Amino acid sequence: MPLRGHVHKYGADVNTDVIIPARYLNTTDPQELAQHCMEDEDPEFVRRVRPGDIVVADTNFGCGSSREHAPIAIKAAGVSCVVAKSFARIFYRNAINMALPILECEEAVDGSDSGDKLEVDLESGAIRNLTRGTAFQAKPFPDFMLELLRAGGLVEYTRRRLAEKA
Amino acid sequence: MGMTIAEKILAAHCDRREVQPGDLINCRVDFVMANDVTAPLAIQEFRKLGVARVFDPQRVALVPSHFVPNKDIQSAAQAKTMREFAREQGCIYFEQGQAGIEHILLPSRGYVVPGDVYVGADSHTVTVGALGAFACGMGSTDVAIAMATGEIWMRVPPTLRFIYHGRLNRWVDSKDLILHTIGQIGTDGALYAVMQFEGEALRDMSVNARFTMTNMVAEAGGKAGLMPVDQVTLDYVRPVARRQWTIYEPDPDCQYAATHEFDASKIETTVALPFSPGNAVLLSEVVKQDIKIDQVFIGSCTNGRLEDLQEAAEIMRGKKVAPWVRCIVIPATQDIYLQTLKNGLAELFTEAGCAFSTATCGPCLGGYMGVLAEGERCVSTSNRNFRGRMGHPNAEVYLANPAVAAAAAIAGRIVHPEEVL
Repeated sequence: MPLRGHVHKYGADVNTDVIIPARYLNTTDPQELAQHCMEDEDPEFVRRVRPGDIVVADTNFGCGSSREHAPIAIKAAGVSCVVAKSFARIFYRNAINMALPILECEEAVDGSDSGDKLEVDLESGAIRNLTRGTAFQAKPFPDFMLELLRAGGLVEYTRRRLAEKA
Repeated sequence: MGMTIAEKILAAHCDRREVQPGDLINCRVDFVMANDVTAPLAIQEFRKLGVARVFDPQRVALVPSHFVPNKDIQSAAQAKTMREFAREQGCIYFEQGQAGIEHILLPSRGYVVPGDVYVGADSHTVTVGALGAFACGMGSTDVAIAMATGEIWMRVPPTLRFIYHGRLNRWVDSKDLILHTIGQIGTDGALYAVMQFEGEALRDMSVNARFTMTNMVAEAGGKAGLMPVDQVTLDYVRPVARRQWTIYEPDPDCQYAATHEFDASKIETTVALPFSPGNAVLLSEVVKQDIKIDQVFIGSCTNGRLEDLQEAAEIMRGKKVAPWVRCIVIPATQDIYLQTLKNGLAELFTEAGCAFSTATCGPCLGGYMGVLAEGERCVSTSNRNFRGRMGHPNAEVYLANPAVAAAAAIAGRIVHPEEVL
């Protein structure tokens, strides 16, 4: 089923310190983290975001610390998908590992603005801007990562693999 | 086709004769680490796997460093979760007061050695790559898998080569080299890649100074930082190593994705302005702006080693911190803290009017021990100056080497160290 939601657009180098400031890292509770999602980048984000919305950003999204609290906060805030020109590597792993869909697509980023409605098909990587009537194609996931996403993340994938071994 | 150091290490850890950039591999790990912020999530995910024990308790270290001694009830609960798991599993654990920042502590005690694949749930795990190990920061879930299975999936990264010809000028150290480099290539200049550092300027550099460079590979988006093993490395490793090490040399015909060459004798003292470690500007330009400051932090996994504190102490000896400025000095480990008590540095900093504390990451990530108020400015020897990193989103952090930080504390503004000598 395709994901549909409104765009919240940001620039380059959105780092994990602004996604979830370290002052809130004394908890791992997703709902608590969600209340502070994007706080130092966009204090209004938490009030505006609706379930299914899509974060769109320029290059190097999620750079900085390894804190998994960042994708947890984004997912728990109701965001269905992040589309960026590129992702920082630890954030990329963390998102895939917890089955938060992320897609790389320069054209979709350049062709979307905050408030636009997007439709994203994860399997094919097709992105449509419903507000503007435009269509884009994201880089497809390598098979292994699609497998991880389909399993519901790395823990579930590994749990099954270990169970098969035993 | 020939392989780089990184490719050789990874091939040896997945039992393949050859790997190439882009290959997806399942890789054995020699050592795994998490800290008090990342371990609670890793433990939560570990429990979901249906595995009773970590793969090898002597290869899993849990290090309280970020919010310890605990800053509040919630962080105490996180440290407790980690402590109880460490006791249950019998893995390596250091109690508060006996530890410090993992990236300095673990190599200095010989837990990670050349040729290792080492993964840690902290982005600055890359620091240890200066020993010629493949050290890689990951998230808590990845580390949970590594703790349970002793393996981790990886995509073999391309290697970027950085060569520093010539010798360093006075007042220029490894911090300036890496700030300059990130300024040149950008904060995603090494995205997904290995940064391999070498050249004449690094030859005489201590392992401790080298760690400052590999530490900030994270700020360039790199997956790992590596330095070829030499006599300096071996002199550091030999007295402390807990395992046999392996030295990997690059093949003469190996492929580098790019080679960046620098004339180190032309690199000047550098400061990274807010709000990016990539905003590298010459100190000589920054001093013209007459930037008044409120706080200085000397410490962190980037510059909290004894040599860094000595560099700062040479500036501060016999002087006082400027009025209306606070200077916070934190050794990176308790071993270093003890040395400063014995060699007089603790006294020197305290007499100069610094707040001098037990080892912790503390102010670097705005946890505690020096959080900034709105509109305040700090010169810090740490690695990140993102918005909100050390406190209020409208506070500013300037990244610099320890001598520049100490000089700022004395002058109350950003100056050249020679100005306060």
